Amino acid sequence: MNIIVCIKQVPNVKEVKWDPDTGNLIRTGLPSIINVNDKNALEAALVLKEKHGGKVTVISMGPPQVEESLREALGMGVDEAVQLSDKAFAGADCWATSHTLALAVKKLSGADLVLLGVEAMDGNTAQVGPELAEALGLPILSYALSIDVDGKAVKVTQKLGDVVRVLEADLPAVITVEKEANEPRVAPMDCVLEACEKDVPVWKAETIGADEENCGLKGSPTRLRKIFSPKVTRGQVELFSGSLDEVAEKFVAKLKELYYL
Amino acid sequence: MGSEMYFGKEHEMVRRAVRDFVDKVINPRVDEWEEAEIAPLHELFKKMGDLGFLGIRYDPKYGGGGMDYWAETAFLEELARIHCGGIPMAIAVQTNMATPAIDEFGSEFLKEKYLAPAIAGDLVAAIAVTEPGAGSDVAALTTFAQKDGDHYVINGSKTYITNGTQADFLTLLARTSENPGYHSFSLFVVETKTPGFSVSRKLKKMGMRSSDTAELFFDNVRVPAENLIGAENEGFIQQMMQFQHERFTVLPFSYVAAKRIIEETIEHLKKRIVFGKPLITKQVLRHRLAEWLSDAEALKQLAYHIVRMKTARQDASKEISMGKLLAAQLMNKVTDGCLQMYGGLGFMEEMPISRAYRDSRLIAIGGGASEIMCEIIARLEGF
Ligand SMILES: Cc1cc2nc3c(=O)[nH]c(=O)nc-3n(C[C@H](O)[C@H](O)[C@H](O)COP(=O)(O)OP(=O)(O)OC[C@H]3O[C@@H](n4cnc5c(N)ncnc54)[C@H](O)[C@@H]3O)c2cc1C
Repeated sequence: MNIIVCIKQVPNVKEVKWDPDTGNLIRTGLPSIINVNDKNALEAALVLKEKHGGKVTVISMGPPQVEESLREALGMGVDEAVQLSDKAFAGADCWATSHTLALAVKKLSGADLVLLGVEAMDGNTAQVGPELAEALGLPILSYALSIDVDGKAVKVTQKLGDVVRVLEADLPAVITVEKEANEPRVAPMDCVLEACEKDVPVWKAETIGADEENCGLKGSPTRLRKIFSPKVTRGQVELFSGSLDEVAEKFVAKLKELYYL
Repeated sequence: MGSEMYFGKEHEMVRRAVRDFVDKVINPRVDEWEEAEIAPLHELFKKMGDLGFLGIRYDPKYGGGGMDYWAETAFLEELARIHCGGIPMAIAVQTNMATPAIDEFGSEFLKEKYLAPAIAGDLVAAIAVTEPGAGSDVAALTTFAQKDGDHYVINGSKTYITNGTQADFLTLLARTSENPGYHSFSLFVVETKTPGFSVSRKLKKMGMRSSDTAELFFDNVRVPAENLIGAENEGFIQQMMQFQHERFTVLPFSYVAAKRIIEETIEHLKKRIVFGKPLITKQVLRHRLAEWLSDAEALKQLAYHIVRMKTARQDASKEISMGKLLAAQLMNKVTDGCLQMYGGLGFMEEMPISRAYRDSRLIAIGGGASEIMCEIIARLEGF
């Protein structure tokens, strides 16, 4: 079975320090890590490989230093790694990211399964997995707690809030893996040593046949206006009492009074 | 910062793997082990052995990683992130205190029989040098190994032995001749299941509680002659060399732990309002913290210098002694000073700073007291 895992390198928010005078994040020396949740995707892939055989390939789009994270994944026991680094990829939103990843997956001649973490710690959109599935024309099985492959089909238990559903799809498919799905392994020293020796090819836009118009900031339909911390405002609470109908009427009257209706 | 000037990619990968292990497997259980005054070393070492952590520098022929001193230093620096001193010490006994002599001077037989399983985490090791009547003055030890055909018969006792209640084998220094001078001692591997061996007492300690410490008794313990490490009567010199590996561990343990303790203290001082302002605004405290950070940085640089010396196969005994001396001073100063900054809160048993204070006190005593470090430095400086 061929599995591709997409990982993202993110700043280690646990070690973030703030400049007390300017209130700005101190970026120098801020260590990067594999997005915690993506490690669950790596673990899930490695477990599936141990059970069904085959190969696990990890890909990551980002600046040159993502090589570190790719090697860390190799250290966990992943077979091959591909780095997607090109100035043209910089500033990508979810759409441009999934578009680029999709081209890389195609360049790798596809896979039986493409695994991702549910969401990245820095963006928290949880969009890249589903959008990648869309771009590849494959079914998406999101928020997976467990993954079982049986012949040509895959069964996933999906966590939706308090509800757990069982989903089934034909292979190939895209799956986003939940934090609770597993406990990612610690990299064993023999894999770490092998990982140091392995070749990590760097693919650019032209390697995967990407049109620069569809990559990075240029290819991103999202426009970021402003980033701000939401003001915490203490609203006034008014409790309505009475029968259900009375409460509903009072509520509608209140909304009208406040010009919401 | 700037560590990338010394550590390569592979070292950073070792670091990440060890860090991951410390965070996931060790730190969540430290409180439990401190409370129990022992850690399940067979279970812990097996996990570490399976991951290849117990033989980073050792020959791949015996299951080691065959890596360099930088990799070992990255490993030790990450162990210093464990939330106590006892567990790093227990691990370092296995990797840097009881096994280097087997690696350096041991026969093929000893390496296959003891080094390989120690690296794999199948056997727990301890180093047995100190005796009730011989600590700083190692040459005063009286445990005797009498040659008897193809065996040595060992009689005597050892004390303050780390991992002593759980060890499967001891790397033991005993007298093999009544002659005065240093050429009268030998190092042995002694299996603790040998008849005549007993753990006479598990000792209670002010700190390093998660590490078990034992008093050991040897009553006609028969050890096969092939368990002699290196040449007969050369054990003292071999142990002095083994001590270099042991003492070096104190440097990374100290500069990393000191920095962490200082950073935690800073976080506390930012939040603690006294006389209407956060305590961190008091210059007298800020300066003290800044000075200790500078000391820690200097110690780190000395450690890196020692690694370069060792890599170039130079004798670093003097620098290691200096480093151990400074590390003990730094840790005593930092843990005492930071505890003071926490006030009454710092005196509470549940606070990490009080554990750090108790644990750190050992550094100036164990593995050669600070005064002994000074004696070595003076001697090597020729006065
Ligand atoms: C928790 C713990 C774990 C230990 N683990 C081990 C272990 O695994 N294996 C092992 O073999 N040993 C171990 N030890 C023993 C340790 O190495 C000794 O305690 C240490 O070497 C000091 O010896 P001592 O206790 O006999 O002190 P002493 O030799 O009695 O010295 C007492 C003090 O006198 C001073 N002093 C000594 N000599 C001089 C001098 N020449 N000039 C000036 N002052 C001097 C020093 O301040 C010293 O601390 C451990 C000890 C402890 C507390």
